[in-house]
Amino acid sequence: MTSIVPKEQSSESRNDLSTEEHEDFRLFGLVAFLIADGMTFAGFFAAYLTFKAVNPIAPDAIYELELPLPTLNTILLLVSSFTFHRAGKFLEKNESKQCQKWLLITGALGVAFLISQMFEYFTLPFGLTDNLFASTFYALTGFHGLHVTLGSIMIMIIWWQTRVPSGRVNNQNKFPFEAVELYWHFVDGIWVVLFIILYLL
Amino acid sequence: MTISLKPNNSSPEKLQPTGWLKYLSFSLDHKVIGLQYLVCGFLFYLIGGSLAGAIRVELISPLSDFMPREVYNQVLTLHGTIMIFLWIVPVVNGAFGNYLIPFYVGARDMAFPRLNAVAFWLIPPSGLMLITSYFINGAAQSGWTAYPPLSITTPAAGQIIWILSVLLLGGSSIFGGINFIATILKLRRPGLKLMQLPMYCWAMLGTSILVVLSTPVLAGTLILLSFDIVAHTGFFNPSLGGNVIVYQHLFWFYSHPAVYIMVLPAFGLVSEILPIHSRKPLFGYTTMVFSIMGIVVLGLVVWAHHMFTSGTPPWMRLFFTIATAFIAVPTGIKFFNWVATLWGGKISLNAAMLFSCGFIINFVLGGITGVALAQVPFDVHVHDTYFVVAHFHYIVYGGSVFVIFSSIYHWFPKFTGKMLNENLGRFHFIITFIGFNLCFAPQHWLGLNGMPRRVAEYDPQFQLINQISSVGALLMALSTLPFLWNILQSTLYGEEAGDNPWNALTPEWLTSSPPPVENWDGEAPLVLEPYGYGKKDSNETQEAIR
Repeated sequence: MTSIVPKEQSSESRNDLSTEEHEDFRLFGLVAFLIADGMTFAGFFAAYLTFKAVNPIAPDAIYELELPLPTLNTILLLVSSFTFHRAGKFLEKNESKQCQKWLLITGALGVAFLISQMFEYFTLPFGLTDNLFASTFYALTGFHGLHVTLGSIMIMIIWWQTRVPSGRVNNQNKFPFEAVELYWHFVDGIWVVLFIILYLL
Repeated sequence: MTISLKPNNSSPEKLQPTGWLKYLSFSLDHKVIGLQYLVCGFLFYLIGGSLAGAIRVELISPLSDFMPREVYNQVLTLHGTIMIFLWIVPVVNGAFGNYLIPFYVGARDMAFPRLNAVAFWLIPPSGLMLITSYFINGAAQSGWTAYPPLSITTPAAGQIIWILSVLLLGGSSIFGGINFIATILKLRRPGLKLMQLPMYCWAMLGTSILVVLSTPVLAGTLILLSFDIVAHTGFFNPSLGGNVIVYQHLFWFYSHPAVYIMVLPAFGLVSEILPIHSRKPLFGYTTMVFSIMGIVVLGLVVWAHHMFTSGTPPWMRLFFTIATAFIAVPTGIKFFNWVATLWGGKISLNAAMLFSCGFIINFVLGGITGVALAQVPFDVHVHDTYFVVAHFHYIVYGGSVFVIFSSIYHWFPKFTGKMLNENLGRFHFIITFIGFNLCFAPQHWLGLNGMPRRVAEYDPQFQLINQISSVGALLMALSTLPFLWNILQSTLYGEEAGDNPWNALTPEWLTSSPPPVENWDGEAPLVLEPYGYGKKDSNETQEAIR
């Protein structure tokens, strides 16, 4: 192909749209996907709460879930949401170096979360198949951990792509950045709900 | 007017095979993808239909002599799964949605063409996987609902393959749903308001909302179920402290809306076909829109009516009975609007119209038994009997499949530029209609008298009715022959259709048949009154046609 056209227009859509409109509906599609993803979690939460309501033995009756580590995890994720937001501000101002720095911090926080969660898994007194609540606990936290893993990988890709001058993500082409940011905030929000339902209730 | 319709020379389509080979390639064109869905779905319909035939052969005599019971259970499971997940859902959503929605919103393609192609190409491999599981270690045996503990205790290999393939198909339909929502809400041609869209767009919007909200719940549930099978966790295993009722709640939270995922698009397609062939505007456009949205909302809150015999508490039964009965209101509105559209119209009884009218008749019968089933005392009496089988097939075969045939007769000239043979089409309708009613109407009687479903052996008193039913099934099987012959013959030697053989006003007919790669050679036509038949203040588009 020899003709020079903006990349998204040729590869992603043959509808003639301005770049802004294009970005607008792509984010819209992402929101629809996140709603679908959120419904998966909603199904898991509903299952967990029903198990807990129907079965007389609640998890906290058998095990006292330790709070310090999950609280630390909550803080890690909330801070990482904030640092991602900072990175976005710098991307808008086209200060690529600063943006990369904050992205790196965000990614590191995500990885720290995963390490801390793994540490929590090792200290827990129950295994996956011990009882119903152990199973639901691992299903919920594991599924969320999978999301954090994917998010951290995507953050690293974005970080790689914000390099100047060869990277593809800049304040002209923000969509990949915004998409990952939205996803990351979503994963953080789910964690807060999960933390309340699983550890505090 | 912000859309500039410049020719886009960089289109990836230009680099891809042309002719019929393009239907076997990873094409990004929404029309190609739509036809891929349709043909692929129809192949699975033939397979699923053969399995249904095997079931009817088995039930000719009360004893299990045609096949062993395990095989019967596998055939039953495969029949249900294939027909729902590989035929009706992909075709009423994927096939016609992909083909028509970009035309209806005035776009050149779907919002996410690549996602669209991926969504289609998930279907053939998962379908093949499902079918080959029968030959490897035996397919799943627990029915298309896969209720635990049955699905946990039957042989694991087939069940795991079943779960994997349903997960992939669920992913495919979520991708499709996201694509439809984004296309309808965000890609509309400037100047086109939501309330000026053809009814099928509304139906697909409602369906896609249901898909996005409910399919992920099924996915999560099946993941938990696969953990139960593989890792021996106890989510749904009572012997390990699990709860099977939770599975039923989560499963029906998807699978009740799945009925509307199969039927709402069919409503939309019928709403496109009836006005054109009776030359009248669609009666009550606004009420049609609101009834679709009403069905979407109510459809999400009635799932537990499948569980009246699962030990649901009385307050739950009361709530779900009332909510279910309420669905009859928006559905009734739609029914009366279709009849009012036909009323006093210049009706041409071609094959498309006949199948649509057949749909209306069958759907009313299925709807009435549905209201009856919503009542707890009656439901407890006929639960898990052939009455439910009859009701369900009146909705999904008498409803959706009749509409699929109607739509094929209606849009075939657009797909290929050739007309189908009308006489063969009418013949096809007559055999299908007689065969269908002969097959499923007697099953109401079977159910009321207590013949349970999903069994290979039954009480000899039911033999005569079962034989009548099997004759009906044979007629239905035979009815595909004139249809297949018609398709083959007309594609090769059919008479030229011209761009707009039905004199329709909806946008897809305002381009050539079959349409060019980016739908319109010039600017997309702005159709503000897709149903403006016989109106005096017609807009420019209408005058251009007349």
